Amino acid sequence: MTLPTYLQDIQREIQGYALEYGLDFYDTIFELVDYQKMNEVASYGGFPVRYPHWRFGMEYERMTKSYSYGLHKIYELVINNDPCYAYLLEGNSLVDQKMVMAHVYGHCDFFKMNQWFSPTNRKMIDQMANHASRVRRYVDRHGMTQVEEFLDICLSLENLIDRHSPYIRRTEKRDSQEGDNASALEPLRLKANKQYLDRYVHPEEALAEERERLKTEAADKSKRFPVEPVQDVVLFLMEHAPIEKWQQDVLNIVREEAYYFVPQGMTKIMNEGWASYWHSTMMTQRVLNDSEIVDFADHHAATMAMQPGGLNPYKLGLELFRDIEDRWNRGRFGKEYDECQDLEEKLHWDRRLGQGRERIFQVRRIHNDVTFLDEFLTPEFCWRQKLFTYEYNRKRAGFEIFSRDFSSIKQKLLGQLTNMGQPFIFVEDGNYGNRGELLLWHRYDGVDLDPAYGRDTLKNVQSVWNRPVHVRTEIDGKPRLWSHDGEQFKEQPFE
Amino acid sequence: MILNIQKDHTRFRKIVRGRIRDNLRRYISQGELMGRKGKDVVSIPVPQINIPKFRFGNQEQGGVGQGDGDAGDPIGQGDPQAGDGHEAGNTAGEHMLEVDVPLDELAEILGEELELPKIEPRGAQHIQSQKTKYSGIRPVGPESLRHFRRTYRRALLRQIASGTYNPELPLVVPTREDRRYRSWKTESKPQANAVILYMMDVSGSMGDEQKEIVRIESFWIDTWLRSQYKGIESRYIIHDAVAREVDRETFFHTRESGGTMISSAYKLCSEIIDREYPMDEWNIYPFHFSDGDNWSVDDTLLCVELLKERLIPKSNVVCYGQVESPYGSGQFIKDLREHFGDAEELIVSEIKNKDAIVESIKDFLGKGK
Repeated sequence: MTLPTYLQDIQREIQGYALEYGLDFYDTIFELVDYQKMNEVASYGGFPVRYPHWRFGMEYERMTKSYSYGLHKIYELVINNDPCYAYLLEGNSLVDQKMVMAHVYGHCDFFKMNQWFSPTNRKMIDQMANHASRVRRYVDRHGMTQVEEFLDICLSLENLIDRHSPYIRRTEKRDSQEGDNASALEPLRLKANKQYLDRYVHPEEALAEERERLKTEAADKSKRFPVEPVQDVVLFLMEHAPIEKWQQDVLNIVREEAYYFVPQGMTKIMNEGWASYWHSTMMTQRVLNDSEIVDFADHHAATMAMQPGGLNPYKLGLELFRDIEDRWNRGRFGKEYDECQDLEEKLHWDRRLGQGRERIFQVRRIHNDVTFLDEFLTPEFCWRQKLFTYEYNRKRAGFEIFSRDFSSIKQKLLGQLTNMGQPFIFVEDGNYGNRGELLLWHRYDGVDLDPAYGRDTLKNVQSVWNRPVHVRTEIDGKPRLWSHDGEQFKEQPFE
Repeated sequence: MILNIQKDHTRFRKIVRGRIRDNLRRYISQGELMGRKGKDVVSIPVPQINIPKFRFGNQEQGGVGQGDGDAGDPIGQGDPQAGDGHEAGNTAGEHMLEVDVPLDELAEILGEELELPKIEPRGAQHIQSQKTKYSGIRPVGPESLRHFRRTYRRALLRQIASGTYNPELPLVVPTREDRRYRSWKTESKPQANAVILYMMDVSGSMGDEQKEIVRIESFWIDTWLRSQYKGIESRYIIHDAVAREVDRETFFHTRESGGTMISSAYKLCSEIIDREYPMDEWNIYPFHFSDGDNWSVDDTLLCVELLKERLIPKSNVVCYGQVESPYGSGQFIKDLREHFGDAEELIVSEIKNKDAIVESIKDFLGKGK
């Protein structure tokens, strides 16, 4: 449903403020929906048409239930698309609608201007609808059960993609020229300034030895398949697994949609922080009238609330943006500030630079969550925000506060955000043991894979690959090999 | 138009149903559903319906939080805010999913899994219930049932036919003859009523675990019979050496001690039936649970006589479940087997532990009586 006139007026007003502040966004279309429709659209991840799958029904059940128990309510929903679509919940108070609109303009700006969103398809609503009709066609041809079961398998692999690949622009195809290989065979040389030293720095025997090593390595490599470990497992399966055409297409659909959602996962803290920064700025400086301020404060506080043990991306993002703005307004950065030993001076440090606004616009353009926190999380900020890390205590069978040390907080946060908190999994060998078996490799960085989930997932990989599959991982620091041959799962030490 | 989400939702419900069916035996023997019973629905926790993915083990990870506290302070693990609608689709919640299943459907699942036959109600044709249904129109009747539209249609027809209708001044005045009234038909529907009489031994030897077994079993019996009969009543009798009728709450929570005279319960049960449930109107189901340690041989004989003369002739089926207590299983079930052999009307079943509940439900309800 399109907006009633009074909301259209508000939208025009808020859009005006947003432009005034320098936000840059695609056309934004608001729809007013009732809670049922809202739950429905939210179950589909914001898109009006998706391919049929029971998981959307499950999401719907969960949302409807928690809505009817009053546990949560979706205020707004916005889609990265050109034009941007956003949904408003019918029956929300006027203050809420204003706040949501201001928030949405923040998101829309972020979608358009953040570089990590640049490779996403801006016509994704249409694309999703196309996917839906393709899947429906396969359903007509092959039957719901068969297609849905295959979709289950695809979805269980959807996180096995290379999240950075959309950002890599290759000027030329690698491994194409023979010449490349030839230069790779020549050993690297150290710099020897004096000619006469060269034969001491690079003795002939050592060079020969190195050449031999490189040669065998290259020979080994060229026999290997894939040549380098491949992180886009789904693509590898699409291209090399013995599956039918329609299955390839379904796998492709799932992969494409997974890639579409990647930037949103990569920038959750920033995106929400940015939108919250703008709704709070616009509301308090321009939009609100006196009678609305208390309601706004109440609802704003509710969105920013922190649960114990949970980190609210809205809160963290908002505070960080404010902190950056403040630091660049007052010049609290750079060598001079960092090296200042006088705490008193540091406390009152103010160079009246006034570069804050400009700086946060830059930040929202170039950063994602990982680089954002890496660059702008400071010990003062952690201390002021009372951040801590927690760990699981086996004895107590519960989580407890572990430390308030800056470096451990930062490390933990970055660790959780890297690769969107997903394990790194590569295809290492597509012809393992020369038996056409598939070897995956989990690049271990201290956290074990969940064995129950791993077993089920491996079974799904097997049903696509059709030959036994293995994953090389570590459990409690010891290398293990999980295998599934279609019949049963096996775990053994890996030599 | 059926919305797509409804189709997806229906398929999800089907999957859930399958899950419940697969896990039914576990649900039954653990009795975890009973605390979750609402008026017409049971909410069932369904595990691991999530799509499996390679992911990190949950407990290993820990994380970053915000708030007061010192190192070592425990923190409540709140739900990691999963998909609150902003960017739905990139995070998956790790909840145990609670699904509401109507009791009817649960009974159906139970029926399918245990292959229970549908019950053929006894004497259904005798019992009639009257139902009125408005289904016609007639020219006479009380004013309260006057059919406005039909009346005016009649009047318009008459006026047009008699040429008194003026389209310029569309005035329609019904007369007495134009009036039409709604009329009704009375339909008789055969209806099957049923009463379940639960009897339980609460003598000292029946411990909490035994009672838990009775509780679980009676929940499922209730669910099944309720799906088979429209009007159903439950009555509860507890006994040690004497019997008395109690409400449901008391039935499951009383702890008595003392001896066991089973005949006392049978006597009371038969009295209730005589007084309130004439056998040509009711399907009667006495269920008795005990550890089978009857006080004396004489009393057992009295029980047999009561069963033969009074309970069995009136009931669809009489069921006796013997729960094994810490003191071992009693003699009573053997006595019953001895006296009744394989009589259709008396079903005995031994329930050794919680895992045996499923089989015992099948024993009781598997005959389709």
